[in-house]
Amino acid sequence: MKHISLVIRTLAAWIITLLIVFPLIWLVLTAFKTEQQAISVPPQLFFTPTLASFAEVNLRSDYLLFAKNSVITSFVSTILGLAIAAPAAYSMAFFRSPATRDILMWMLSTKMMPAVGALVPIYVMAQTAGMLDSLPALIIVFTLSNLPIMVWMLYSGFKDIPSDILEAARMDGANVWGEFLHVIRPLAMGTLASTGLLCLVLSWNEAFWALNLSSAKAGTLATLIASYSSPEGLFWAKLSAASLMAIAPIVVVGWFSQKQLVQGLTFGAVK
Amino acid sequence: MKRLLPRALMAPAVVTLFLWMIVPLLMTLYFSAVHYNLMQPGEKTFAGLENFEYFFTDPDFGASVWNTIVLLGSVIVITVVLGTALALLVNDPFPGRGIVRVLLISPFFVMPTANALLWKHMMMNPVYGVLAQVAIFFGTTPVDWLTDHPLFSIILMVSWQWLPFACLIFITSLQSLDRDQMEAAGMDGANAFQKFWFLTLPHLARPIAVVVMIELIFLLSVFAEIFTTTGGGPGNDSTNVAFLIFKQALMNFDVGVASAGALFAVVLANIAAAFLIRMIGKNLD
Amino acid sequence: MSFLQLKGVEKVFGEVRAIKGIDLTINKGEFIVFVGPSGCGKSTLLRMIAGLTDIDGGSVQLDGRDITHLPSSKRDLAMVFQSYALYPHMSVFDNMSFALRLANVDKAVIKQKVGHAAEILNLTKYLDRTPKELSGGQRQRVAIGRAIVRAPKVFLFDEPLSNLDAALRGQTRIEIAKLHRDLGATTIYVTHDQVEAMTLADRVVVLRDGAIEQVGSPLELYDKPANQFVAQFIGTPQMNVVDTAKLPELREVVGASHAPDGFIGVRPENVMVRPAGGGKLPARVELIESLGADTLIYTSVGHNGNGVQIVSRQAERTSLAPGDSVGLDIAPASFHLFDRQGHKVAAR
Repeated sequence: MKHISLVIRTLAAWIITLLIVFPLIWLVLTAFKTEQQAISVPPQLFFTPTLASFAEVNLRSDYLLFAKNSVITSFVSTILGLAIAAPAAYSMAFFRSPATRDILMWMLSTKMMPAVGALVPIYVMAQTAGMLDSLPALIIVFTLSNLPIMVWMLYSGFKDIPSDILEAARMDGANVWGEFLHVIRPLAMGTLASTGLLCLVLSWNEAFWALNLSSAKAGTLATLIASYSSPEGLFWAKLSAASLMAIAPIVVVGWFSQKQLVQGLTFGAVK
Repeated sequence: MKRLLPRALMAPAVVTLFLWMIVPLLMTLYFSAVHYNLMQPGEKTFAGLENFEYFFTDPDFGASVWNTIVLLGSVIVITVVLGTALALLVNDPFPGRGIVRVLLISPFFVMPTANALLWKHMMMNPVYGVLAQVAIFFGTTPVDWLTDHPLFSIILMVSWQWLPFACLIFITSLQSLDRDQMEAAGMDGANAFQKFWFLTLPHLARPIAVVVMIELIFLLSVFAEIFTTTGGGPGNDSTNVAFLIFKQALMNFDVGVASAGALFAVVLANIAAAFLIRMIGKNLD
Repeated sequence: MSFLQLKGVEKVFGEVRAIKGIDLTINKGEFIVFVGPSGCGKSTLLRMIAGLTDIDGGSVQLDGRDITHLPSSKRDLAMVFQSYALYPHMSVFDNMSFALRLANVDKAVIKQKVGHAAEILNLTKYLDRTPKELSGGQRQRVAIGRAIVRAPKVFLFDEPLSNLDAALRGQTRIEIAKLHRDLGATTIYVTHDQVEAMTLADRVVVLRDGAIEQVGSPLELYDKPANQFVAQFIGTPQMNVVDTAKLPELREVVGASHAPDGFIGVRPENVMVRPAGGGKLPARVELIESLGADTLIYTSVGHNGNGVQIVSRQAERTSLAPGDSVGLDIAPASFHLFDRQGHKVAAR
């Protein structure tokens, strides 16, 4: 009896999963087709894969430029974010004061405001400063958008370091700097890494600000993909190839950082 | 000295976030009270409450609020119900569970514009799309999703993206469900449904509340999907509040009215945020 | 010769006076045990000596130096934590050598000292492992090794055995005793377990509610408790303490006819159970606990419903059963008298 239920569950789980993930599977298949194959009716399941569409993507628009912009904006905003968030999280975790909790809550609340609420002023400011369609503008906005989550995740990670290990270090003769160097830093590496990864994912996928503040020069992959909205001619395979290249790295990163994601995005409200 | 160090460490984060919050807010307040069009940047005359009046009496306003509610409500219901069902299905071990879980999480990491176009072209295109092909296979006429059912299409795209999120949260939460309690209930004579109703569901009540709150906050700003696919239309059929504000600001260039709308959106978000903050606060040592 | 001196040490948490003016003198090479019920302040006091908790009043002198306001890192004390607090990212060797590395001690010297300590504690083949690859008992030894390597002025132990299972606890207790005998180091040991206190200590400090109830050698505390609290805290099973109002005839039985109103205490091993009809105090058996080498007989003395419990302990096995009638005798001059406030009353 139990055996049958296992078989049913396995089948159900696999079928449902494959159905849900089907669009992605289709995307991957189409990316390796030619345009002719991509629009064939009925759709082809078996075909000889080709890299032609990948090559054509770059002919249509400067793919590398957009990719470079995505890389720059997400990496720089991550590093910048860590540089600002880490000291704050460290201070809140190890030099707690009665105000610490309130400040943390306030920081989280800034993340909860809809981006569209700040659209107008940010746009106007960027326009006035001549920073529309510039990488620095995107970097600043990405960093600030992700800062609350980064502070929160780093704070949680720092707090997880057991205080009696720090006390042991103190007994062994470590001063504040020694505690940081020998105990906190090695033990917090994991948190720093996963927080950085989450920020990378969020910046890379960021579409709202990218679409509104950038176009031809500073556009990211998100905007490039958006330009396939109503193009001319045959483009399905190119769209698939471009999308695949744009989303693949992040999807893979996401596979490895599931737990951190839950922590970060629910602000730790779910254990 | 002892107090200087912690404050100095916190300063960059606190100062930047404060500016990030205050400056746009003040500017929005200012803009909402003046006539300001980006095409005529010089003229800024005082408008009083005119911008608000204009925003709220715009025929699109009512529709956008309704659409926002429908969008939010539908996505939340779909993700919570299906998310719970899926989480329960994959909770107990079976061959390949690890891979299934990894696959299930994937849609969440796809960037919104790619998500939107994936559906618009690959799936929903009335001639070449997969859904159309399936319809033809079964002998029915393909549906032109984006033209005939624009809001539903958006709902479908957003749900597809957020279902993994809900699912992952529920999976995590189910792992902390007390097995001993389940066994005790079994010995007390409870069947599978009763166990679910009386034990599992209450345990999931809190994560469900969190998922609802988080989605309320983030889904209010759904924008990229609409921008990339339907452009808010046909007409205003798939315009939500966020897109309406965008239209006013960057298509009509009416900063004043857009700012009035932005304040409205901020107030809405604040309400949901207040609840979420309280819930997080309870969890925070 | 006073090595560690506490004078009027105070600690306040908000409104609560957690440590109330402690005075204590500890001599070099002594093994001192702080013992007491939960919340008595023993761990707090230890942490104050260690420098992990601030001292709000009074002073602590170590080997002539006032260490009251010195940070922990400068006090030359080593602590073995209840949770061991090993550095999870370091190997056993690195854990044990950490303090020496911080002090920039020569590498060869470090190797020699750590090697020596590892040998004493049987850790030599684990030197390359990380804490998570060790068992609970091994981790505990690493924690002790970390302290030994430093050769500090005083060793501080904070309930080190409480996370071990019973068998390991007994064994490790003996090893700690042997270590102290071999190293001769001044040690302060905190525990709630009075068996550890009795077996390890040169002197025991009994604490309650932040104040010292009595200081003395284990047997002093056992034979001459200063008050009712100490009398009942030390000794298993607990001393029988009987309210004179409930059992007035006990006075005659123990030989303290002039005992004032209050309590009379008699240790179970001084209560003899005689067959029914014998003994000076008729009683009824309630429960028998046969522990093998010891037998405990729980009896109820007095009129129906109002029975006072008196426990007897004897080495011989018994064939008595619950419900049997017996008679009790008390060994001469083995009683303790306490007044209503729990203070000791001298026998006349």
